[in-house]
Amino acid sequence: MTPLQPIQTFGRYIQLMGKVFSWPERFRMYLKQYVKEMYQLGVDSILIVLLISFFIGAVICIQMKVNIQSPWMPRFTTGYTTREILLLEFSSSIMCLILAGKVGSNIASEIGTMRVTQQIDALEIMGVNSASFLILPKIAALVTMIPVLVSFSIFAGLGGAYAISYAGILTPEDLTYGLQHGFNEWYVWMSFIKSFVFAYIIASVSAFYGYTVEGGSVEVGKASTDSVVHCSMLILFADIFLTQILS
Amino acid sequence: MIELHNIYKSFEDKDVLKDINTTFQTGKTNLIIGQSGSGKTVLMKCIVGLLQPTSGEILYDGRDFVRMSKKERMLLRREMGMIFQSAALFDSMTVLENVMFPLDMFSSMTLSERKQRACQCLDRVNLIEAQKKYPDEISGGMQKRVAIARAIALNPKYLFCDEPNSGLDPKTSLVIDALIHDITQEYQMTTIINTHDMNSVMGIGESIIFIKEGREEWVGDKTQVMTSTCQPLIDFIFASDLLRKAREANLKI
Repeated sequence: MTPLQPIQTFGRYIQLMGKVFSWPERFRMYLKQYVKEMYQLGVDSILIVLLISFFIGAVICIQMKVNIQSPWMPRFTTGYTTREILLLEFSSSIMCLILAGKVGSNIASEIGTMRVTQQIDALEIMGVNSASFLILPKIAALVTMIPVLVSFSIFAGLGGAYAISYAGILTPEDLTYGLQHGFNEWYVWMSFIKSFVFAYIIASVSAFYGYTVEGGSVEVGKASTDSVVHCSMLILFADIFLTQILS
Repeated sequence: MIELHNIYKSFEDKDVLKDINTTFQTGKTNLIIGQSGSGKTVLMKCIVGLLQPTSGEILYDGRDFVRMSKKERMLLRREMGMIFQSAALFDSMTVLENVMFPLDMFSSMTLSERKQRACQCLDRVNLIEAQKKYPDEISGGMQKRVAIARAIALNPKYLFCDEPNSGLDPKTSLVIDALIHDITQEYQMTTIINTHDMNSVMGIGESIIFIKEGREEWVGDKTQVMTSTCQPLIDFIFASDLLRKAREANLKI
């Protein structure tokens, strides 16, 4: 890799985004795609988000109880720290890292396959702005659905914590008190704002890797892997800045 | 009518197309023939605008495609239909949705009119019964016929076919050739077909350009192919199955 390569890649990404954010030729068709993508990228991810969040919520609760709780600490500490971790990092950043794997690879491989099977060329020949038609609805759909997924993740995580409390690790009353203690509504908004940025990164970066595939199935696989790696790195990088700015 | 004037195309230091000058007539099936790697796909991609020629002019009924603005290009492309080697059907859509796609995108018809037009096109290629199937549920030959139906949905002026018989058995190839030929005359389109199939050459080659190593070597029609004295073309024919047929017919090569 030459030192100029990341700059060239970034330049190509900006050029592609220039094509993506153009006025839709036929709004009705974009709307149809948008609804389809909301289902494919958002609704289809709900189950995995619920499942992972439930178990991680439960594990966080156990870890907090085992490692932090002591006779010198207030009894609500476990609930309080569980809530803070879920709201501030897990349901926005870590969930988006997981979605970068599921949704990002899906986007990159779908668009990459369309590229190598000449479906994108077919769109271009018809006079369709293929970049905009394929990528814009995906970005819009994921950005729309991400607050829903984050909300589901928060509630499923809290559900996991309650499940553990009913299993006898701590009392539900202490957990409830801890969850409510010193609640700052801004943290929920912060979580949503971060997830909007991460959703844009996942959809646009994955689409870029898929759209620029050259070759065959091996390259599609490579693009899919590259998209997950780069999305994850960018999410972690953006997380530092966003946390600093929004806190 | 599509005219090519002094078309050159290079990739880095490799010249792939060298001084191509030809005219593709309206209402005729114009064939670009040559061996694999001769530059015919690159030429086709330059003609449809998927690649930019290094120099030269491509005139669509007098309109210079190379130098026109992006917007004009987009508009001109709506007058084109293309059949790809792999058919390139949208695999997330049914056969009917594939044919309706250009109509949904660019026509001002109502939904029922668009459906009716798409069914007409499918009926024209004898595939009306497959309208609810997905591309992976139909055969390669049927996929090519759906691609033809999609290409003609908007009544294009120009039809491009990149190796339309690739991967098909000889009988299905004849059906596809006949369909493209009939549709060309019916819609009075300028049709350009990229092929190395000599059966297609002898069947529908109303105008033929033979390319070798990116250079235009011979121009003629199917009646002149077997009597040509162009050595590269003779070598090309020798390499094909047609030689046997020519010998059977006692043609002098």
